[in-house]
Amino acid sequence: MNLKDISTSVHKKDHKGKVSGQLAYISDVKVENMVYGVLYRSPIAYGKIISIQLPNLPDGYEAVGAEHIPGPNYVKIIKEDQPIFANEWINYIGEPILMLVGKDLDTLYSLLNEVKIEFEEHQAIYTLDEAIKNKSTTACLASYEFGESLENISEIEQGAHQIIEEEYDTGYQEHVYLEPQGMLGIYKDDEIVVQGSMQCLYYIKNALLSALACGDDEVRVVQSPTGGGFGGKEDYPSMMACHVAVAAKVVKKSVMLVFDRSEDMAVTTKRHPAKLKYRTALDKEGNILSMCVDIFLDGGANTGLSSVVLQRALINSAGVYKIPHFHAKGFCLKTNTVPNGAFRGFGAPQSFAGIESHIGHLSKLANIEPLEYKRKYLVKQGDPTITKGKFRDPILMEEMIEDLLNVSDYNKKKGEFQRFNQQNQRYKKGIGTSLFLHGCGFTGSGERDHIKATVKLVKSKDDKVSLKISNSDIGQGILTTLCKIVAKELDLPYEEILYPYPDTKEVPDSGPTVASRTTMIVGKLLERAAKKLKCKWQIGVEQEIVENYVHREMIPWDEKTFTGDAYPAYSWGVNIVEVEVDRLTGNVKLQKVYCNYEVGKVIDERIMKGQIDGGLAQGLAYGYLEKMTSKQGKIQQKSISDYGPPTSLDVVSIESKVFDNPYADGPYGAKGAGELTLIGGAPAVQAAIEDALQTSFQQIPITPEVIIESLWMREGEEVD
Amino acid sequence: MIKFTLNGRTVETVAPATERLLDLLRDEFELIGTKEGCGEGECGACSVFVNNLLQNSCLIPIGSIDGADIQTIEGIMETEQFKILDESYSIAGGVQCGYCIPGMVMASAALLSKTPHPSEAEIREGISGNLCRCTGYNMIVDAIKLAAKKGDGLWQRK
Repeated sequence: MNLKDISTSVHKKDHKGKVSGQLAYISDVKVENMVYGVLYRSPIAYGKIISIQLPNLPDGYEAVGAEHIPGPNYVKIIKEDQPIFANEWINYIGEPILMLVGKDLDTLYSLLNEVKIEFEEHQAIYTLDEAIKNKSTTACLASYEFGESLENISEIEQGAHQIIEEEYDTGYQEHVYLEPQGMLGIYKDDEIVVQGSMQCLYYIKNALLSALACGDDEVRVVQSPTGGGFGGKEDYPSMMACHVAVAAKVVKKSVMLVFDRSEDMAVTTKRHPAKLKYRTALDKEGNILSMCVDIFLDGGANTGLSSVVLQRALINSAGVYKIPHFHAKGFCLKTNTVPNGAFRGFGAPQSFAGIESHIGHLSKLANIEPLEYKRKYLVKQGDPTITKGKFRDPILMEEMIEDLLNVSDYNKKKGEFQRFNQQNQRYKKGIGTSLFLHGCGFTGSGERDHIKATVKLVKSKDDKVSLKISNSDIGQGILTTLCKIVAKELDLPYEEILYPYPDTKEVPDSGPTVASRTTMIVGKLLERAAKKLKCKWQIGVEQEIVENYVHREMIPWDEKTFTGDAYPAYSWGVNIVEVEVDRLTGNVKLQKVYCNYEVGKVIDERIMKGQIDGGLAQGLAYGYLEKMTSKQGKIQQKSISDYGPPTSLDVVSIESKVFDNPYADGPYGAKGAGELTLIGGAPAVQAAIEDALQTSFQQIPITPEVIIESLWMREGEEVD
Repeated sequence: MIKFTLNGRTVETVAPATERLLDLLRDEFELIGTKEGCGEGECGACSVFVNNLLQNSCLIPIGSIDGADIQTIEGIMETEQFKILDESYSIAGGVQCGYCIPGMVMASAALLSKTPHPSEAEIREGISGNLCRCTGYNMIVDAIKLAAKKGDGLWQRK
């Protein structure tokens, strides 16, 4: 490839198929002898199944349930607490109990209405607040504690000028990938092939090996083009894969399970709602002396990935700041609600929303401009992390902040908005900032101990090179970026590098497509493999290069004491957001968005811009637009417009810049970028709304209702 | 029996009048470019032209299309206008997961046919019925601006 700089954009590999609509997603696939599956889901939140009565099923229709699972009845993930088909205890509304399988979907839905299940209902726990209140009796799915001893902190607090306590709440966030979840179990005499929309082929394969209790060559997982993931297709597809695979074995036909939007919204995983408590000791000038953070996550009905989400939330609990005398603990509590799971950012968005909000409020007490106050505590190269790891690489945050202040004309705007607000009663303008980072790759020793990634490059006789890896292009563009890396190393035209949709029969386990790890970890392995292939290149000969992950040991991570280097590297970001708030309706209108990022080295500028715009749109909306609630264990938003993700009218143009800071262990210096871009949106939008209204909020999303209520309360106080 | 024009050809179906146009297109005519994202007319992934007007095919019972002229993404794929959009979406980087894109392209074509030189506000309005979760829309807005420029003179309907 003749690109002088790897960052120069190229035509995307999958463009043609996508723009024409002719690339087949899973719901576009039809195979011979295919039948559909529909799931009977629990109408109760917590209780026991007493009896199941099935209707008379017509010819060709069958019911599939727990009794048909050859292996143990759980979806293999981390803990063994998620049944494939619940057959005893029910833990949430929507939990699958059995599947009806047959040719015609309308017939299946009417049969589903005739299934009669008798339950013995028990008292459920519906909310995180209830779970916290009953903490001694509620199941704790995970907990960690670390930092300076509480005795030390208590001593510091005794000498402090004042102690500030704040509680902060964050809500659900729904992925709204445009393509609803779908999975097809293809029946063959000697194997079951599971094909569908997914991020993690080997998570699914391992779940199938367990559920089907079968040999390695009896199951195969193939990714279909995937219409968005954002974490929503990290863990959930494993359950659907178990459903279609078990059913295909029973009916000896291929079984398709595709959700419609309302089913997808009601039962698939979401971002964990969280409560974050801050207790900070200040001196007379408002300087921070110590800080304690408690984080509570609503895990929903089972563990899933929640323990790892909690870890990331805790590791980010001090934000980008060096806080003297810091202590944190976190709990993920069980509620009888839909299980929560992975979502772009994976615990970090909650933590950054909380800490940015808290630090912003502390700056007001100190009577120092928020950004100036934040900069006093900004971590620098060489500083320890809160888990006694180290920020090893250069940190460009000061430079990035300075640049963005200039680009946005921040200081001038502050003055302009103040004058505007004095002259206007109804409309108020505000500007807010957020500073953030994202740890790239798996938390702790995940890459070394659990994933152990392997990649393969295969060269055919006609000298075509194919990537054999298990990572999914879910829209983030890795079909293009990873091929670019290999093409550049081999000095071949990028068009000649092949990366077919992965199939576990063909590809080794290069790990899941999660945790902003694909470019940095898998990309680096591919770069190394390509270097080797280049050295060994023989024209007209079939060749294969395998490359395994090698862990660069730093300060070893210890999950028990929660100490060590939590991540090998960090990506960084600064956001500045301007809003206009309508005091009459509570509506918030974005005016301008500015952002600077540092992700090591960009592999494709255009693709990076896509990650920035898309991630920020999700992150901003998390702060003020997207609201999902659960009542008596039931998700209240049944349709996309009930929930309210941004439309083209909600987003404004985003001015962005990416700073170069090559990282030695990333391909061409690249680090992770996918999640980082979401994280700063919500805290910046909150800060901007607070600036406009000269008030403080202790929650996101800050919806019009929240704004109006806060204005009323203030008016009430003023009248008093 | 329902008879209508589909991508320039006269076709007929015996499917029940209450069947959704979306299902008819996908199941009977195997036109997979029309996608289902919500089934409630909120996301625009199933956008088609019904008598030259942009419509969500998930909301249309086929009983109402007797005699109508239906065009899907497959029907416009060979046109000059599509080629311009294809190229513009690529240059602007408007495509990520791709699931919303055929519908988005239909909406872009509809907008440009009506307003060949749209302002940014008109573009945002024109695609506001089509949801995209990947791009944050800006690169799609850029694609449409580019298509307006590149396809100058092509967009006016005869």
